[in-house]
Amino acid sequence: MEKTVKHWFPVFVLPTLAAFLIAFVIPFVMGVVLSFTEFRTVSDATFVGFSNYVRAFTDNNLFLQSLWFTVKFAVISVIGINVIAFALALLFTRELPATNFFRTIFFMPNLIGGIVLGYIWQVIINGVLYKFGYSITSNPTYGFWGLVILMHWQMIGYMMIIYIAGIQNIPTDILEAARVDGANAATVLFRITIPSVMPSITICLFLTITNSFKLFDQNLALTAGAPANRTQMVALDIYNTFYSRSGYEGVGQAKAVIFFIIVAVIALLQLYLTRRKEVES
Amino acid sequence: MARKLLNTVFFVLLIVFAAAFVFPVAVVLINSFKAKFSISESPFTLPFGDDFVGLSNYVEGIKNTGFISAFGWSLFITVFSIAAILIFTSMCAWFIVRVKNKFTSILYYALVFSMIVPFQMVMFTMSKVANVLHLDNPLGIILIYLGFGAGLSVFMFTGFIKTVPLGIEEAATIDGCNPFQTYWQVVFPILKPTAITVAILNTMWIWNDYLLPYLVIGSDYKTIPIAVQYLKGGYGSVDMGAMMAMLVLSIIPVVVFYLFGQKYIIKGVAAGAVKG
Repeated sequence: MEKTVKHWFPVFVLPTLAAFLIAFVIPFVMGVVLSFTEFRTVSDATFVGFSNYVRAFTDNNLFLQSLWFTVKFAVISVIGINVIAFALALLFTRELPATNFFRTIFFMPNLIGGIVLGYIWQVIINGVLYKFGYSITSNPTYGFWGLVILMHWQMIGYMMIIYIAGIQNIPTDILEAARVDGANAATVLFRITIPSVMPSITICLFLTITNSFKLFDQNLALTAGAPANRTQMVALDIYNTFYSRSGYEGVGQAKAVIFFIIVAVIALLQLYLTRRKEVES
Repeated sequence: MARKLLNTVFFVLLIVFAAAFVFPVAVVLINSFKAKFSISESPFTLPFGDDFVGLSNYVEGIKNTGFISAFGWSLFITVFSIAAILIFTSMCAWFIVRVKNKFTSILYYALVFSMIVPFQMVMFTMSKVANVLHLDNPLGIILIYLGFGAGLSVFMFTGFIKTVPLGIEEAATIDGCNPFQTYWQVVFPILKPTAITVAILNTMWIWNDYLLPYLVIGSDYKTIPIAVQYLKGGYGSVDMGAMMAMLVLSIIPVVVFYLFGQKYIIKGVAAGAVKG
């Protein structure tokens, strides 16, 4: 049967393959090549070795500054979102009324787009700060915590749904047995619940880490990097390097390659580490 | 008794939390009926007297952003991209599972790899390629979404297809079906739950996507996120009244979609995570 199927390659694979080549593979390869050249329109590219990579760090300190900002943001968001989402998921497994209603409410922000989310929170945060004579762009600290709050608001419901599914999959007889053996709540949580939901933890960490690092729309709408690019995350810095003035396209592409490598290494390292824990348990 | 008390405490906690989740959207809704100058100064008051402007923010916003056509383009691009993704990536996934050779395994790993690459890595070159190939229009962008959505979608479909027994497909072949007929009459109906999950995850992404459509078709065709952002950058100071109205109009389709498909969306998101 495999032989007959093989002849149908053009029908089954070609449309996806062609789209994948055009939208991803060719641009990706071009992107890597162009990061070693100076160019404005692609066709005028001239080879310049690693100079774009050097310039990404030496032209100004915006790239390093945005990287550091992004790392701080990601660490706080990943920990905060996962702890709160997991705690909420545990609440949902108790016999409380109206859990469906709460689940609906908590998940909803995740469906709203990043641009819209950014402007919603801009109004709220500016409304509060206005009373003290400030706005979100008067101090980078406000923008930072604004982004952290926004990210929590958006992702907690999503992660909670995944954790609930994980907790519900734990066989009830294990929990019963633990209770019969006299295990207290903390023991059950750390010895049974958390090890059993390791697959959920793996995926939730993966989603929150990658989404935190790649954040763009929310950043653009909430502060657009203001004041003075101090609340600019890596994705926005790369975008501005490309498009805010001509002559820096090569540097922008080099930054993009570095960004890709950082995200890939962190994501794969995290998957490797948490997957190993899954096997042990 | 202690358990009951604890549950009450938790229940109150959930109510407070839920209120905090609804609050920002409620504020935007209230402000969409307020005069534009009082929005930034006092967003937490209700619109009374002169402050209440009826629907004028909506009228102004719709006019300035071309919201109606933005809604149309968002709907067009999302619906047809999802259709293309479901049809083609599911067929591709079936082929990858059923035909095992070097090429299909390289293709599979390349697709999985594409999932972790940040968009900034390819944004400049991809919009150039789209431009050269004349894909910078609402039809062409569907092909681009098929290419970008292929990673997650093929990954999820292959995960499910691996569990489909070969026996039923062989039976269909013996009955004289060619692979195309076998796929659509026998295999695809079994894939339906996964297809719903794939459709939901991709809808959440494509409907809200800003940068890709902005770079590829943004100068000629605005989708909803582009129209909202345009209000900010279009001219000097932002008309906060129109902005509030546009935020509300952007949220309404999402809420309608959510309320109708809630059961599938929550199941789909959880199922999508398990496969990941």
